[in-house]
Amino acid sequence: MTATPKAEKERRLTYAQAIREALAEEMERDPSLLLLGEDIGEPGGVFGVTQGLLQRFGEERVLDTPISEEAVIGAALGAALLGVPTVAEIMFSDFATLAMDQIVNQAAKFRYMTGGRTSAPLVIRMVTGTAGATAAQHSQSLEAWFTATPGLKVVTASTPADAKGLLKSAIRDPDPVLFFEHKLLYNSRGAVPAEDYLIPLGEGRVVREGTDVTLVAYLYMLPRALKAAEMLASEGLSVEVWDPRTLVPFDRDGLRRSLERTGRLVIVQEAPRRNGFCAEIAAIAAEEFFPLLKAPIKRVCGTNTPMPYAPELEQFVIPDEERIAAGVRETVHSTVRAVSGG
Amino acid sequence: MQSLAGYSPAFLKELYRKMVLIRRFEERAAELRSLGYIPGFLHPYIGQEAVAVGACAALGSHDYITSTHRGHGHILARGGDPRYMYAELFARRDGYNRAKGGSLHIANIELGIIGANGIVGGGIPIAVGAGLALKQARQIAVHRPDDPRARRANGVAVTFFGDGASNQGAFHESLNLAALWRLPVIFVCENNLYGEFTPQHKHQPIRDIATRASSYAIPGLIADGNDVLDVYRVVSKAAEDARKGRGPALVECKTYRHRGHYEGDMGQYRPAEEVAFWLEADPIKNYRRLLLAGTVCSEEELQALDEAVEQELEEAVAFAKASPHPAPEEALEDVFVESYGGRALL
Repeated sequence: MTATPKAEKERRLTYAQAIREALAEEMERDPSLLLLGEDIGEPGGVFGVTQGLLQRFGEERVLDTPISEEAVIGAALGAALLGVPTVAEIMFSDFATLAMDQIVNQAAKFRYMTGGRTSAPLVIRMVTGTAGATAAQHSQSLEAWFTATPGLKVVTASTPADAKGLLKSAIRDPDPVLFFEHKLLYNSRGAVPAEDYLIPLGEGRVVREGTDVTLVAYLYMLPRALKAAEMLASEGLSVEVWDPRTLVPFDRDGLRRSLERTGRLVIVQEAPRRNGFCAEIAAIAAEEFFPLLKAPIKRVCGTNTPMPYAPELEQFVIPDEERIAAGVRETVHSTVRAVSGG
Repeated sequence: MQSLAGYSPAFLKELYRKMVLIRRFEERAAELRSLGYIPGFLHPYIGQEAVAVGACAALGSHDYITSTHRGHGHILARGGDPRYMYAELFARRDGYNRAKGGSLHIANIELGIIGANGIVGGGIPIAVGAGLALKQARQIAVHRPDDPRARRANGVAVTFFGDGASNQGAFHESLNLAALWRLPVIFVCENNLYGEFTPQHKHQPIRDIATRASSYAIPGLIADGNDVLDVYRVVSKAAEDARKGRGPALVECKTYRHRGHYEGDMGQYRPAEEVAFWLEADPIKNYRRLLLAGTVCSEEELQALDEAVEQELEEAVAFAKASPHPAPEEALEDVFVESYGGRALL
């Protein structure tokens, strides 16, 4: 068991396969673990993530549910409170709105309200972000709502290897964890170690090393940030790309170490700009790491609009590598201006 | 009113004692709140004691309940200790929830209490999850009998809620799910005729909430919620069926809230004749009369039980008064199990 995937045993899996493997391994490890969700059984989920699990583990453990998000999350919570770990899938994270009482009023607070005398080992898989032309009710990135609710851990897995290791940690975690997985990453491929491994919650990762600027990105913004970094390298800019991997708990030390190397911060998110998690990261950096900063912090975010349907409108709303690169250039440029302005 | 035949005197007297305990616990709580000992809300259970006591008498040590904002009765009926309950209401460190919950959130999983609940209908889906865990325990008992969870293989979950909650989506989703999966869950609706300040006829177009069971193909039973033995009989039958794998039931208990929605609400929206009718139908007064009419016990024995309850509550209040206040920084504890140094992280 290692925290760092080993290169020599690399296999290439899709993000969906990695998630499925994590679920299957944890179900093997703990025969009481239950999966609940709409269409997760025979159909294997809308995005095929749970394919084959019903056949392998049976309908007593892979529970296809009615379209009843509130009861499903409540049931997952109730079982978890009695020591039965559960993983519930919210088919589109937008539908979490139908289960907000159980997530926000019940699961998040149960331990606290009971003075630490209960534990709810519950994972809610939140299928998030756009899938391309999925419009306003099937595309939202709602992670910041839940980071604003104390008592929930919030994971954002951006690569197949991270998805597997983080999901296994989330399942073994004694607290409720919201596990955000991005629809456009399901078919992305990456190296996934063959051996059993966990990635602890609360540890970010330097995905690409650099010295001029720290570019923070997660979920589908991570591959776009990496492309932007590649473009900027040809312009002579050295961009460090850092993935927080979990938003709660957040790896402050990891962010600090990166800022010590670069002194500049650009943060990217798919969600609308206003009150997004970018704002929290910016506030942490401004409050705690101000002496490290050589330039104003820059956010590159979705627009403050619902998600539109037309591809050209959606493309306008969600940051792409050009906008990310422009944000980085602006940050570096503002430094120069500040210095030359004395 | 039921016949006493077939019940042991000890059982019958315990039902009486529990109802008196709840009544007096609540009356004292109201007084203590007026004296400034209780900083938060109270939703008194007075008048509905027969429901909690009758239903919980049908349960064993591996069964679970979820409760409501009007939860003190359920918790006491399920074996809650008045000392820790008062300490919680007083917001003291010895409370069941270490002063983090208060009246609306008292819980103790070891006693089978998955919590009172501040959200109307909020506990119902959680009880479905308990039912799921109990159904799984039947499998565990077969395949892994050494697993401690196998002990609850015969368990049932009872969820208490009111007429108001029966209009929530959570109620309907939960009945559907429990019926679909044949879970050992008993849905006990305490129809006290008011959803907060609104009379039943203004919040739902039916009188008998039990009829809602028919939409989910499960039994819909009605009990006299002011008759502890009738509640016991109906819930026992439902529990027996659930234990045999026959799935859930909805039990509607017709009852009445003697007081307002919460302590401080005078309940003046209720017609005087209605209140008078239900005060006459007081579950404790009538049950006491029944016990004395039979050969179960004497007036002196009941007085002795009353006095024992007073003594227990007197000691419980003293315990709560002596319990320390929490240190302010304890507010930062208990957010997570692994709380990363015991502090609430961002």
